Amino acid sequence: MSLFDLLGIKQKNSASKARERLKIIVAHERAANQAQMGAPDYLPSLQQELLEVVRKYVDIADDQVKISMEKRNELEVLELNIALTEADKNDLNEN
Amino acid sequence: MSTVIVVTSGKGGVGKTTTSAAFATALALRGHSTVVVDFDVGLRNLDLIMGCERRVVYDFINVINEEGNLNQALIKDKRVENLYILPASQTRDKSALTQVGVTRVMEALKERFEYIVCDSPAGIEHGAQMAMYFADVALIVTNPEVSSVRDSDRIIGMLASKTLRAEQSLDPVKEHLIISRYVPGRVNKGDMLSADDVQDILAIPLLGVVPESDAVLKASNEGVPVTFQEDSDAGQAYHDITARFVGEDRPQRFIQEQKGFFSRLFHHP
Ligand SMILES: Nc1ncnc2c1ncn2[C@@H]1O[C@H](COP(=O)(O)OP(=O)(O)O)[C@@H](O)[C@H]1O
Ligand SMILES: [Mg+2]
Repeated sequence: MSLFDLLGIKQKNSASKARERLKIIVAHERAANQAQMGAPDYLPSLQQELLEVVRKYVDIADDQVKISMEKRNELEVLELNIALTEADKNDLNEN
Repeated sequence: MSTVIVVTSGKGGVGKTTTSAAFATALALRGHSTVVVDFDVGLRNLDLIMGCERRVVYDFINVINEEGNLNQALIKDKRVENLYILPASQTRDKSALTQVGVTRVMEALKERFEYIVCDSPAGIEHGAQMAMYFADVALIVTNPEVSSVRDSDRIIGMLASKTLRAEQSLDPVKEHLIISRYVPGRVNKGDMLSADDVQDILAIPLLGVVPESDAVLKASNEGVPVTFQEDSDAGQAYHDITARFVGEDRPQRFIQEQKGFFSRLFHHP
């Protein structure tokens, strides 16, 4: 432990900045990888087919259908989100 | 029983080829029958570091394509018994490393050698994946610098998912960290990540530290692996690393600044 540590002064040398940045980025990327690894590989095609079905009724953009698989406690949760804008809603009423 | 060792890093220019050559040479000097294989198809340079570039006739890809056999492609080292080099092709690209072909060559090498050291290309694409696919052990070469550490973490993730051992749910690939181009003086000044920092972030055991050393450039100039510069810091670091690898106990000498002997010898102003 250095004198700076004892006095509670935070030393801001470049190596400690590197260490802090790395800890954050590595934790982030590991979590992202983990999520990706658990996800079944049919998710992209499921999303594509859902888009096509929804488009029979509403004109939506590709990114309006969001789909994800998550593990919560012991359960696999498949989450589907279709966000509609005001314009889309008018679309629906006309049909 | 043979052991397949991949020398890998993600990032380029961190010391994979230097390490592959020095480590394979040190294993052979200890009497182990060893082959070092260049997976860097298209950018081969292991042959240069090993000093056998003028003896390359057939290469790894020729063997995969059955244009030549393994015995024709293997180059016997002129300095050490028990050491062979399998050079990469300079003219092809990494897609020539087919899974079937690499499997066949690796099976043949396992019949013959105790240690198969695979020098991985940089990156995380096909070439790097082929180099690690058959590994039992990985030497992860990292420089104490943010992008190198981050890439190493990525590679560690791939070792756990994209290898034969992972696919067949066997024991995982055994991982060893080698921190290369280390400058203890800069660590002490606080402008280089310490060995502890790197090990702490990557969370794999440290096999050894290789100091930044003039001996490495001299070695590559001459085409003689740095292992032969027995009295150089980097040469001794690789001997230590290899000794630890085969189970000997060696103190970590190169984490601290070398006062006296080495600094007098290698750091003339
Ligand atoms: N310990 C070291 N000290 C000084 N220079 C080094 C050291 N290790 C590697 N180098 C140099 O770094 C460069 C890249 O090394 P190399 O082994 O070819 O890396 P890689 O195979 O990972 O691309 C080379 O010029 C080499 O001489
Ligand atoms: Mg290389």
